[in-house]
Amino acid sequence: MRRRLLLLGPALGWWAVFLVIPVSLVIAYSVFERGTYGGVVPTLTLDNFARAVDPLYLRVLLFSLRVAVLATVIALLIGYPAAYFIATLPRRWRTPVLVLVILPFWTSLLIRTYAWIVLLNREGLINRGLEALGLVGEPLPLLYNEFAIVLGLVYGYLPLMILPIYSSIERLHPELREASSDLGATPLRTFVRVTLPLTLPGIAAGCIFVFVPSLGSFIVPDLLGGGLAIMVGNLIQAQFLKARDWPFGAVLALILIALMGLLLFLQAWLLERDRRQAIDG
Amino acid sequence: MARAGWGRRLLRVEFALAVAFLYLPIAVVVGLSFNESGQPTAWTGFSLDWYGSVLGNEDLLEAFRNTLVVGVVTTILATVLGTLLAIGLERAIHSPILDSLVYVPMIIPDIVLAIALLSFYNLVFAGLLNLQMGLWTVILSHVVFDVAFVAIVVRTRLRHFDRSIEEASLDLGAGEVRTFFNITLPVIAPGVIAGGLLAFTLSFDEFIIAFFTKGTVETFPTKVYSMIRFGVTPEVNAIATFVLMFSITLVLVSQRLREADA
Repeated sequence: MRRRLLLLGPALGWWAVFLVIPVSLVIAYSVFERGTYGGVVPTLTLDNFARAVDPLYLRVLLFSLRVAVLATVIALLIGYPAAYFIATLPRRWRTPVLVLVILPFWTSLLIRTYAWIVLLNREGLINRGLEALGLVGEPLPLLYNEFAIVLGLVYGYLPLMILPIYSSIERLHPELREASSDLGATPLRTFVRVTLPLTLPGIAAGCIFVFVPSLGSFIVPDLLGGGLAIMVGNLIQAQFLKARDWPFGAVLALILIALMGLLLFLQAWLLERDRRQAIDG
Repeated sequence: MARAGWGRRLLRVEFALAVAFLYLPIAVVVGLSFNESGQPTAWTGFSLDWYGSVLGNEDLLEAFRNTLVVGVVTTILATVLGTLLAIGLERAIHSPILDSLVYVPMIIPDIVLAIALLSFYNLVFAGLLNLQMGLWTVILSHVVFDVAFVAIVVRTRLRHFDRSIEEASLDLGAGEVRTFFNITLPVIAPGVIAGGLLAFTLSFDEFIIAFFTKGTVETFPTKVYSMIRFGVTPEVNAIATFVLMFSITLVLVSQRLREADA
């Protein structure tokens, strides 16, 4: 018992103080009234929740959802074949190639997002290139719009899609695919009927890893979206640092937490169902 | 067979494009940082001038020193806590719930953690104790997610651990503490260092939580952010190149250390 306390106590204690209490505080703040200079006044109210469905803010939430879904789908379409390619390389190549793909994720998202400003702006490299090739008469509006945000999110989080899908494909026994093709299935049929269903848990994990940070992203829409409060992350930031309406910011953060919790629950359920089927089957 | 080869070729092209997508923006920024004109319009010659002008920026260097302080202290704290946690999860308790709990600090949206910590510091430190937020609150915050990363890396190392050598040490009369420092720690050291390097990189690059909890001081990322918001300048390309190379080096070293596991 003493050993447990000594080993687990410091980290769990840290999380209790600097994670559980702060998040609980946000939950509590969501039903308080705003203070004049930030902070809250301890008077109970549900107005903050009512404001979240005000068309003005609802639009921001729906736009954030759309952008996050788009980014997730595109990352999946790029990430799945890439993960499949890595997982079917000769064994000794897999780790180095995987590191190559994951490496950008460990570097600064701020800097990587900045790189797209350099590429996408009116005087940027892409517009220059298109003009030089005579493909466009005048610069395309590539920056400060939805396209740029989705692109930035896919770019930022693509490694998080590839990693779990890679592990699920890598774990798959090649014999399963061989059996399918031996029985006369075309490669496409083998993929759709065998590989794809068996890698569903990896797909689910990858989608969550991309969707959750995309939905709550601040830096990408801030730099590539033109600095307006266009996604929920920017709206939260604005409520806390500019509008000084902490309770409303807390409500928005709660929405993010609730969505994340729901997705993780769904994923756990999916895994559990999968496991049971594997045992039954 | 011919068809399989065709599919494979398509996959290879797709993969090459994905890698190009991941690295091209980085390559462009790195290239520009050495361009004399600093503009993407034309290559006017190789130059290190932009690096020189970065080194002359006192505010930026100050912010850089701040970030090093935050990174070092955070890493020490997170490495100790994370290593203990990893050993605890692997040896002292069997709890799937705790196992998955470790991932929460990693996947909670950083903006949520940022405002939660700001609310907490504002109430307890600024409100009750009358303390100013500063680098120390950034450190307290960064430890939250860094512990999780260290714990996961160290735990992988622990799984490959041959426990009989620990038992031998205990049988020969070395106490638990002595066994830990003389046997366990040296064996898991590569994992601990790998986790620490990762923790340092993450703290070094972290922007949004620092942005909310730094008080009136600046860290390197918050300073760079305001430079970017001000406009695309050639200095930022030099900074970006430095930051990218710095993180990539640390992560590759960390990866090397972890590969010793396999």
